[in-house]
Amino acid sequence: MSMPPTDLTAKRTLRDIAIARSGDKGNRATLSVIALVAADYPVLERLLTEERVRAHFAGVVQGPVQRYTLPHLGAVHFVMFDALDGGVTRSLALDAHGKTLGSALLDLPL
Amino acid sequence: MTPYRIGSGAGYAGDRIDPAVDLAERGELDALVFECLAERTIALAQLRRATNPAAGYDLMLKARMRAVLPACVRNGVTIITNMGAANPMAAGQVVLDVARELGIQRLRVAVVTGDDVLPWAQVHNAPLIDSSDSVRSLDGRLIWANDYLGADALLPALRAEANVVITGRVADPSLFLAPLMLHFGWAADDWPRLGQGLLVGHLLECAAQVSGGYLADPGHVDMPDLHRVGFPLAEVSADGSAVITKLPGTGGRVDRLSCIAQLLYEVEDPTNYLQADVVGDFSQVRFSQLAPDRVHVHGASGHARPEQLKVTLGYRDGFMGEGQISYAGPGARARGELALSILRHRLQDAKLSHGLTGLEHRAELIGVNAMHGPQLGADREPYEVRLRLAVRCSTCAQAEAVGQEVEALYLNGPAGGGGVTQSVREVIAAASTLVPRSSVRPRCDILELHTGH
Repeated sequence: MSMPPTDLTAKRTLRDIAIARSGDKGNRATLSVIALVAADYPVLERLLTEERVRAHFAGVVQGPVQRYTLPHLGAVHFVMFDALDGGVTRSLALDAHGKTLGSALLDLPL
Repeated sequence: MTPYRIGSGAGYAGDRIDPAVDLAERGELDALVFECLAERTIALAQLRRATNPAAGYDLMLKARMRAVLPACVRNGVTIITNMGAANPMAAGQVVLDVARELGIQRLRVAVVTGDDVLPWAQVHNAPLIDSSDSVRSLDGRLIWANDYLGADALLPALRAEANVVITGRVADPSLFLAPLMLHFGWAADDWPRLGQGLLVGHLLECAAQVSGGYLADPGHVDMPDLHRVGFPLAEVSADGSAVITKLPGTGGRVDRLSCIAQLLYEVEDPTNYLQADVVGDFSQVRFSQLAPDRVHVHGASGHARPEQLKVTLGYRDGFMGEGQISYAGPGARARGELALSILRHRLQDAKLSHGLTGLEHRAELIGVNAMHGPQLGADREPYEVRLRLAVRCSTCAQAEAVGQEVEALYLNGPAGGGGVTQSVREVIAAASTLVPRSSVRPRCDILELHTGH
């Protein structure tokens, strides 16, 4: 159950230690990042600041980014405002729900 | 008290049917819930009803009922679904018709209505959520208004021991919470318990998203047999804690990752998850793996439900025209970019653009920058690209011109374009407001099938 933290020397990007899932809520996107091994949570907390996530999605997310931390679950959770071109029913985007945003974040270098 | 067994038979309108049949047959379930109604689905259903008063229910209702009714009736599994969409009463009749066709002799269908609040929306001027406008700003364009009913609206249907409970707009997790409240006798103001029941509904409402779907990333997160992924079920105890599991022999996996990913899915503040029946607090939820594909969940709580119910308003918002064309092989990207530049020149020139000049649009290359723009887009040379032009238009004729512009790239654009597609759709946009509970009157009608001797 309680696995030790990952040795990060062999790991390159966030994708090596976490999964991500995004979804829509009106014109806001939600994005959760969950450590594959819960003990790696401190890496997520350190790496995934609101500023870093907002910068990663510059040009996509127009509004602020709010972070919620869930250390007991090994997860950080983001709400990204003004991120979906007005929301799923009127967006011109191919991925109107913002479902693909989560994968984009996994490219962040550790 | 033995656990209450509740399964998830669909996580969206087009979801697979076979996993639900498997649950109905082998799940030893008390209830099987089909959540099939999203903002876009109800908008399309409302449009169908507007052109045909007998239509407007879920397009897959007949197929799903044909597939699951025999096993559900045989095994005493209550079906709960929002497949009534924009026309629950017509949907109830369809269920009876299907039952007759199948030779089922007795069936009780409960139809829950009261979610249609268009008359209220037409005379009140409530402020819109996330907007500085109010409902009146949609005058002349408003075509439907549905509030999210809560579990309380379903209780009379369940008390009547209906075999099938069919609704329109109901808060998704409430479809699951209602039978739990009735079975365990949870009070409507037992907020911590309702919060835990809400969590069970939230974990199940997207079906396979908690049992291995939407999680695989080959080499990083491997997932067995997604071609026959099992839909989830929960074994719920009287205190609201539950075991999330799936049927033996099915694909996918229920584990810590699959459950946490679904716990947070489309939730904003985890301490404050606003729903019709209770404001959920998921911040202290704990999962523990009891065995393969068996995860125990507890620790959710809740606060008093909101005084008002959320209403989604659908309004006409013009048209969207779209065209696509592909380029492949060496230089595909350069040719795609040339094609984009040709389109941009034409859109900018009022003499050439067929009325499309100055309209909001997206012009992009699928395979390069269509998902996340130039910053995150690929800088490698792709083998193939697909140009996509989408334009927001006020008329259908304008929207048709968009695809024609892309199609004309065949003879007038770069070398080797192929596979043009064109589409036009009327945009029914959604806005939200709040309605006082006192203005909402849920109603339950019972339809009976009773044949034979």
